[in-house]
Amino acid sequence: MSRTVTDVICPFCGTLCDDIEVVVSDDGKELHEVYNACAIGAEKFLHSQAKDRITRPRMRQEDGSWKEITYDEAIDYTARMLVNAKKPLMYGWSSTNCEAQAIGSEIGELVGAVVDNTATVCHGTSLIAVQDIGIPSCTLGEVKNRADRILFWGCNPAHAHPRHMSRYSIFPRGFFTGKGHTGRKVIVVDPRRTDTAKIADIHLQVEQGRDYELFDAFRVAFKGEHLPDVVAGIPKEKIYEAAETLKSGRFAIIFFGMGVTQSLGKNHNIDAAIAVTRDLNEYTKAAIMPMRGHYNVTGSGQVWGWLFGFPYAVDLSRGFARYNPGDTTANDLLRRDEVDAVLVIASDPGAHFPFSSVKKIYDLPSVAIDPHETPTTEVCRVHVPVAFVGIEVGGCAYRMDNVPIETRKVVEPPEGMMTDEEFLGRVLARIKELQGV
Amino acid sequence: MAIRVNLITGRTIQQGVSMEAGKEKSAYTAACGIIELDPTDFRKLGAFRGTNVRVTSDYGSVVVKAVEATQGPHPGIAFIPMGPWANMVVNPNTYSTGMPTFKGTPVTVEAAKNEPVLNSLELVRKGCRGELA
Repeated sequence: MSRTVTDVICPFCGTLCDDIEVVVSDDGKELHEVYNACAIGAEKFLHSQAKDRITRPRMRQEDGSWKEITYDEAIDYTARMLVNAKKPLMYGWSSTNCEAQAIGSEIGELVGAVVDNTATVCHGTSLIAVQDIGIPSCTLGEVKNRADRILFWGCNPAHAHPRHMSRYSIFPRGFFTGKGHTGRKVIVVDPRRTDTAKIADIHLQVEQGRDYELFDAFRVAFKGEHLPDVVAGIPKEKIYEAAETLKSGRFAIIFFGMGVTQSLGKNHNIDAAIAVTRDLNEYTKAAIMPMRGHYNVTGSGQVWGWLFGFPYAVDLSRGFARYNPGDTTANDLLRRDEVDAVLVIASDPGAHFPFSSVKKIYDLPSVAIDPHETPTTEVCRVHVPVAFVGIEVGGCAYRMDNVPIETRKVVEPPEGMMTDEEFLGRVLARIKELQGV
Repeated sequence: MAIRVNLITGRTIQQGVSMEAGKEKSAYTAACGIIELDPTDFRKLGAFRGTNVRVTSDYGSVVVKAVEATQGPHPGIAFIPMGPWANMVVNPNTYSTGMPTFKGTPVTVEAAKNEPVLNSLELVRKGCRGELA
């Protein structure tokens, strides 16, 4: 027999869908089916059931082969590595719950680590811009109920946040948006004609890397001032048309993604995007929101915000919290050989960092804490598999609009497996023993 | 015939699904060990769809399979889904922001019919040990 667990939270992307239904066996040990989730979310739930899953920690031998070790040995190795390092890097945190992040932060303080999350290669530059000029934002509920002008800039939710458009931004009928998508105008700015761009009313195929110019052009167009014939590869008529469309709405929302944060200009692009939003508020209500990727990258920023005052790239090596992107950020530290041990948790820099940084991790003492076998576990010395947060253990996660949501446990982890929180808790206790505090 | 294009990286739904199904599996290589080229760039390259190509930038080199872009047209722009293949060639400089320049790397693409596309684990392992061509 089986039973259905309802209102499950999907732990894939920052949309944090909260309407997933999961069919599990009566004893709660097997997960059979997943409903309502997107293709990626469903795959994440189902992958937790993989028969070839690694369930015990392992250590790499001299010849490159793996040797199974106990959790106790892994805890001791991790604690010693962190205590012996002068300046360890503790990177990741975005696919685990806030409870584990809080314990990790305590470890970071004790050993004088640099703690950094995946925002550093995602919306880190957005955070810099927000600190520079603030951000007029809102919740996804407001978008659903009020927004009638949707602008996706440098993001492709059809592929990266597959249910964002149907749950919040384009298609749903809300309190003041009863006509659903027919009452909304959609504008997409992207150098490719993406699947999101294909459903837009207006697609501005911006020249790659010219976002800043186009943002500025929008600010000029709002005021009806003169524009050159072509800006960033877009004829001025289209820019005036898009600007007019935004101004004529009752509530405009700008969603932006990696197209803006990872292209040259970086935080300055987002400064300009926020300035566009502010200008738009002269004519109508407007808000802006980053499309966050990992389901709890926002949460790690929140946790460090409470604890240290900074959302990412927090350097604790001097005994107090320092924050200086470009200096205390993971890739810069690795590039400059400034760290001497690496702990990776709940993320995959092996796959998602430039290769020169991956090579540096390979050369250092390193521990990867991850339920999957990944390029990161391939380059680290010790791999600690843990339970899936949001599937095999609950805990707090923050949606992309900074709303905290309690994720649910739906199925038991394989027998004898630890959670991130338990593992880090044991490492913390061992570190205290080693340091005699 | 080698062509010069502007490389961007990013998510695709196939990248997301295959990533969650296991990065050691062949589906991940099929989803991310590719370069999406515009039809006009394919003509300039003079290669068939599905041919392996070597992509080279100032920062590295990698062999991937060339496929026609489904989200186009975008002449002059090439796309490799985010993952270890793209990261062999992207510009790692952060220009004091912490953020590597994942989008907008000038690359050369040339046919490499007889060179294999490595899977993700092999690629990083061989890269770290200095065993890549």
